[in-house]
Amino acid sequence: MSNTVIPLLLDSLASAALIFFAAVGLTLVFSVLRVLNVAHGSLYSIGAYVAASICLFIASRQLSPYLSFVALLFSAVFVAAILGPLIERTLIRWTYGKSEAVQILITFGLFLMLEDLQRMVFGVQSLYEDAPVRLLGTSQIGGVVYLNYQIFLIGMAVLVVIGLRMLIRHTRLGRLITAVVADREMAQSIGIDTNRIFILAFSLGVFLAALGGALAMPTSGVAPGLGADTMVLAFAVAAIGGLGQIEGAAVAALIVGLARVLAIYFVPSLDAVAPYAAMLVVLLIRPYGLFGAVTARRI
Amino acid sequence: MQPILEAKDLHVAFNGVKAADGVSLSIHDGEFLAIIGPNGSGKTTVLNLCTGYVRPKSGSVHLDGQDITRLAPRAIARLGVARAFQIPQLFSDQRVIDNMMLSLAAKDGLWTMMRPLETEARRAEAEALLGLVGLADDKNRISNTLPEGHRKLLDIAVALALKPRLLLLDEPTSGVSALERFPLMEALMGALRQRQITALFVEHDMDVVARYANRVLVWNAGNIMAEGHPDEVFKDQRVLQSVVGVA
Amino acid sequence: MRVVLAAASVVVLAILPMFAPWLQFVLTLAIAKGFAALGVAILLRAGLISIGHAMFFAASAYGVAFLAARGIGDFASLLVLSVVIAALTGVIVGAFLVRYRAIFFAMLNLAVSMVFYSLFAKLYGITGGSDGMAVPIPSVFGMVLSEPAFKDVLFYLSLVLMVVIGLGIHRYLDSPLGHALSAVHTNEVRLEYLGIPVWAVLLIAYVVSAALAGLGGAIAGFAIGRVVPDFAFWTASGHLVLVAVLGGIGGVPGAFIGALFLELLHTAAVTVTDAWNLIVGAALIAVIMFMPKGLYGLFAREKGAER
Repeated sequence: MSNTVIPLLLDSLASAALIFFAAVGLTLVFSVLRVLNVAHGSLYSIGAYVAASICLFIASRQLSPYLSFVALLFSAVFVAAILGPLIERTLIRWTYGKSEAVQILITFGLFLMLEDLQRMVFGVQSLYEDAPVRLLGTSQIGGVVYLNYQIFLIGMAVLVVIGLRMLIRHTRLGRLITAVVADREMAQSIGIDTNRIFILAFSLGVFLAALGGALAMPTSGVAPGLGADTMVLAFAVAAIGGLGQIEGAAVAALIVGLARVLAIYFVPSLDAVAPYAAMLVVLLIRPYGLFGAVTARRI
Repeated sequence: MQPILEAKDLHVAFNGVKAADGVSLSIHDGEFLAIIGPNGSGKTTVLNLCTGYVRPKSGSVHLDGQDITRLAPRAIARLGVARAFQIPQLFSDQRVIDNMMLSLAAKDGLWTMMRPLETEARRAEAEALLGLVGLADDKNRISNTLPEGHRKLLDIAVALALKPRLLLLDEPTSGVSALERFPLMEALMGALRQRQITALFVEHDMDVVARYANRVLVWNAGNIMAEGHPDEVFKDQRVLQSVVGVA
Repeated sequence: MRVVLAAASVVVLAILPMFAPWLQFVLTLAIAKGFAALGVAILLRAGLISIGHAMFFAASAYGVAFLAARGIGDFASLLVLSVVIAALTGVIVGAFLVRYRAIFFAMLNLAVSMVFYSLFAKLYGITGGSDGMAVPIPSVFGMVLSEPAFKDVLFYLSLVLMVVIGLGIHRYLDSPLGHALSAVHTNEVRLEYLGIPVWAVLLIAYVVSAALAGLGGAIAGFAIGRVVPDFAFWTASGHLVLVAVLGGIGGVPGAFIGALFLELLHTAAVTVTDAWNLIVGAALIAVIMFMPKGLYGLFAREKGAER
C-alpha cells in the first residue's frame, strides 16, 4: 500500500509545487491590479533562461556549485527588478480601468514580443544545468529513490505561501495592498500611493514568476515554447483556485498536481489534458473558482 | 375586480437588513399608484421583487392571477410589465433611436432576424415616442452623451416602446429639471391614459405625487405605514414627519 | 462609394495571383483566417473575448481529414460537413459557456480549446499525434483535379464565399439580433427587461462564430494539405483575436482586412527579419492604444454620430 501511495504523494506534491510557482504570481497580480497578465508565462521562462545562463556560467568557470543556488534566487530578483517596473509603467498602467478584452490583448501583445526577445537573446536551443539537483543528491523513501531537490521545491512552495501570508497580514505594505484590493478609490482618497503599490505588486508577481522558472530549470531545463505552455497551466490553476486567491492557487496546484500524477500513473496519454479537464469541471460548477467570490450588480 | 399585480406577504433581507418585511400590495387596472418613503426604505426593492430581479425569501407575486414569483425578468417583461429605472439602463454606446428601435423590435419578436433593425415603420414609431418625451432633437446622439435628465426620459420611452400593460417607474422625475418636470409628467400621464397603461411609480417629489397619483403607499423600513388617496395621506401626522419632512 | 471600394478590392484580390502565383496560397490562407477572425469579432461585439476559437478552426480541419480518410472525397460535401461539425461543436461548447462573461468566458474557452489541443496531440492512434493528419485533394463535382487546379478552385471559391458570407453576416449584425448582441456588452439588465433572452442571443452568436471559424479551418486545411494539433493551441486562438482587433471589429470587412494585411506583411517580413512576433506584438499594442477602431476604422466613414 505505502509502496504506491508514498511515491504518488511525493510526486504529486513536487509537481504541485512547480505548478503553484507558475500560477501564484499571476493570481497575486490579478488580485491587486485586476489585470490578467497573459505575458506571465514569458516572465516565468525568462526567469528560467536567466537562471540557466548564470548556472551554466558558474559551471563553465568551475566556481562553487553552491553559487548556483544563489544564482536561482538572484535571477528572479534580477528579472523582477528590471522587467517589473518597466512593464508596469509602460503597458500595464495604461490598461487600468479598461475592459478585460483590452487588458488581455495588450498583455498578449507583450507575450508575443517577449517570446521573440527571448529567442533573440537566448537562442533557440534548450538550456539545462542541473548542478543544484546533483548537489542535493538523492534519498530513499519507502524503497523508492528520490531527488532531494523535489523536497526542496516543496519546501520552497510552502515557504512562499507562508511568506506571502505574512507579508499581506502582518506588514505595513501588506495592509496597504489589502486596502487597495478592497477599494482602490477609497485607498487613493485616504492618501495611499496606489501607483507605488501597483509597481511593487506587479514586480512581486514578476519575481514569483521568474522564481518559478528559475527553480524549475534544474529539473526540466528551458526551451522555446516554455512560456506559452506555462501560461495556460498558470491560467488553469489560478482559475481553479479563484482568480486573485493565493491560498486558492495553492489548493488548486495540489489538485492539478494530483490529477496529473494520477494520469501519468494510470492513463499516461491523458496527463496533458488533466489540468484543463480539472479546470473545466471546477469552473462549470463554480465559475468563480473554488475560493472566488461573486459580486452582484446594483440597479 | 382582480388586481393586475398583487404581491402578498413578501419578505426579503440583504445582509440581515429587512428590505421587505411582510409587504402586501395590489394595483388595479387604470390606477396610478405612487410609492413614497425615505431613502433606503426598500422602495426600489419592491420593484425588483415584482419584476423577478430579486427573489423573495417568502411570499408571492401574481400578475393577472398568474404566479410570477419565480419568473425571470425577461419572462415577466413578455407578460406586459415594463420598467424604467432609477439609474437609466440604456445601451449607452448606441444612438438614442437605436435604443428605441431595439425595444420596439423586442416587442415584435427578435426572430425576424434577417430583416434590418431599422425599418420605416419602426423608425416612425420610435420618433413618435421620442417626440412624446421631448427627445425628438436627440434621436441621433449616442445615448451616453445625453444629460442625465434626458437619459432618464429615454429610459422611460424605451419602457413605453414595449407597449406594456403595467409600467413601473422608479423616480421618473429625479434628475429632470424643475422646469421640465410637470410638462414631462403631463405628457407621460397623457400617454399612459391614452394607451390604457397602469402605472406604479416610486417618487420623491410630493407635488408630483399629489397631482398625479390616485393612490399612495407610504413606505417605511421595509413595510407600508400608510395607504390611501394623496389628500388623506398627506394629512397624516406620522407620514408628514417620516416622509414629507425628510423630502 | 464604399461598395465600389469593396468591389474593387475583391477584383484586385481575384486577379493578383495571375501576376504573382505564389501569392495565391498566401491569400487563400488569409481569407481562411479572416473567416475565423470574423467569428471572433462577432463575439467581441458582445464584449466577449474568446481565447479558444482555434478549437473550431482545428475541429473542422480535423473533420475534413477524418471524413476524407473515411472515403468521402467530394469537395463540397467535405466543406459543408466540416462546417457542420464546427457548428455542432459550437452548440455543445456554447451551451455551457454563454453563461459566463469577461475573464471567465475567456478562460473557459481557453480551457476547452486546450482540452481539444491535448487530445489532438495525444490520441496518436486517431489523430496522428503531433504529426497531424493529411488532407488529400478532393474531387470537385466528380472531377479529379491536379493540385494546382484544385488550389485555383479553392482560392476562387474562398473569395466568393468571403463576399457572400460576408454580406450575410453584415445583415445578421444589422438585424435586431445583431443589435441585441452589441447590447449585451453595454447593458444586460435592460436586455432582460426588454424580454430578450440574453443566453439565446449569445448562443446564436457563438454558433455562428464557431461555424465561421470552422469554415476558415476547412479552407486552411485544404490549402495547407495537413492539419496538426498546433491549429488548436492557445496562441493560435490569440492570433485570431489579434487579427480581429487589428482589422477592427466595427464591420465585417475588418476581419478580412486584418488577415490580409497580416499575412502579406508576414510574407514580406520573413525575408528581412525573423522577429515576426515582435513586430506583430508591437503592432497590436500600438493599434489598441492609438487606433481603437482598427485598420477598418481608416476606411469606414462615420455613421451618424458614432463615437
